[in-house]
Amino acid sequence: MNVKKLLIEPLRKANPVTVLVLGICSCLAVTAKLKPALVMGASVTLVTAFSNLIISLLRKGIPNRIRIIVQLVVVSTLVILVDQFLKAFAYEVSKQLSVYVGLIITNCIIMGRLEAFALSHGPGESFLDGLGNGLGYSLILIIVAFFRELLGSGTLLGYQVIPQSWYEAGYQNNGLMILPPMALIVIGIIIWINNSKTESK
Amino acid sequence: MNLFNLFLKSVFVDNMIFAYFLGMCSYLAVSKTVKTSAGLGLAVTFVLVITVPVNYLINKYLLSPGALAWISPRLAEVDLSFLTYILFIAIIAAIVQILEMIIETFTPSLYAALGIFLPLIAVNCAILGCSLFMQERGFSNIGEAAVFGLGSGIGWLLAIVAIAAIREKLRYSKIPKGLEGVGISFIITGLMGIAFMAFMGFKL
Repeated sequence: MNVKKLLIEPLRKANPVTVLVLGICSCLAVTAKLKPALVMGASVTLVTAFSNLIISLLRKGIPNRIRIIVQLVVVSTLVILVDQFLKAFAYEVSKQLSVYVGLIITNCIIMGRLEAFALSHGPGESFLDGLGNGLGYSLILIIVAFFRELLGSGTLLGYQVIPQSWYEAGYQNNGLMILPPMALIVIGIIIWINNSKTESK
Repeated sequence: MNLFNLFLKSVFVDNMIFAYFLGMCSYLAVSKTVKTSAGLGLAVTFVLVITVPVNYLINKYLLSPGALAWISPRLAEVDLSFLTYILFIAIIAAIVQILEMIIETFTPSLYAALGIFLPLIAVNCAILGCSLFMQERGFSNIGEAAVFGLGSGIGWLLAIVAIAAIREKLRYSKIPKGLEGVGISFIITGLMGIAFMAFMGFKL
């Protein structure tokens, strides 16, 4: 079992968001601030890792024709656990994420990993693969949220980063960065940088 | 809220793709030609018009706090809202499966057009997202829920046909090397989103 490969590859070379273009759906709207993006990344990582583990354990018992329904039930049970946990311990963030927590169920990364990996590999490997893909996804989320919060509100995790003297000298926050469409453009630029780097190698 | 206003609002102001990024995966994967994207858009609209009202009924008579009172007064205090996700996704998967069978039996021509897209739809975020928004906004009757589903579906159709048309033309233009394909589609979607923000000022 190649632990390092399973964990590291999804971060750059086979990143689920920028290379495979999965799981963009539910999650661009949560990247206006860094904090919800961190929570979202952690939730998705947990759900991907454990659903991969569970499906991999069950894989010999699941009839092929109803596997999608079985997968959906396992994933949505995990998402309900995450949602209840967030509501209990981080109510503010769970309000900000609103329906996007529920939409983790239909996140294509999870279904994609279940279909492509967990159904044909052992539990240990599947768990690591899920973890790696979840982390790769979180990485992109955090990069996007970092730039959007820094340029859009001048803060990071709610603390002011841009010094007050800059504002007095006429610096202004870029209100456009907070609006949803900018998330797409930031990701487009990340993909561009990523592609041109891998090509030149 | 007036039904026509609600319809316009869900098509333009609260557009599923440009305002909430729902259904982005199939939006980016299938939007290579106008014809297939119109097919997928129609299938999504069709499924939304059926699933949103059904989930509205499920929410009203099963899930929301105190909803079980119609069975017996003793159940009035039961709150099943934590089961929302699992029930909604199960209903959606079941309806998509049933629709596929019905369409296949009765209208083979429609099945030929939509067939390959229907299984994709069960895991399309726009469908589940629309049901969850419906629950969050608390519509007062089933008609509003149906109109909301229809409007969101048509908004999605509009968005995917628009990007497919742009991508067809884009084949003839020179794009920097690393940006080709997915990268440029993201940036175009972002720009279209900014254009759609013009509708946000409308008070409906």
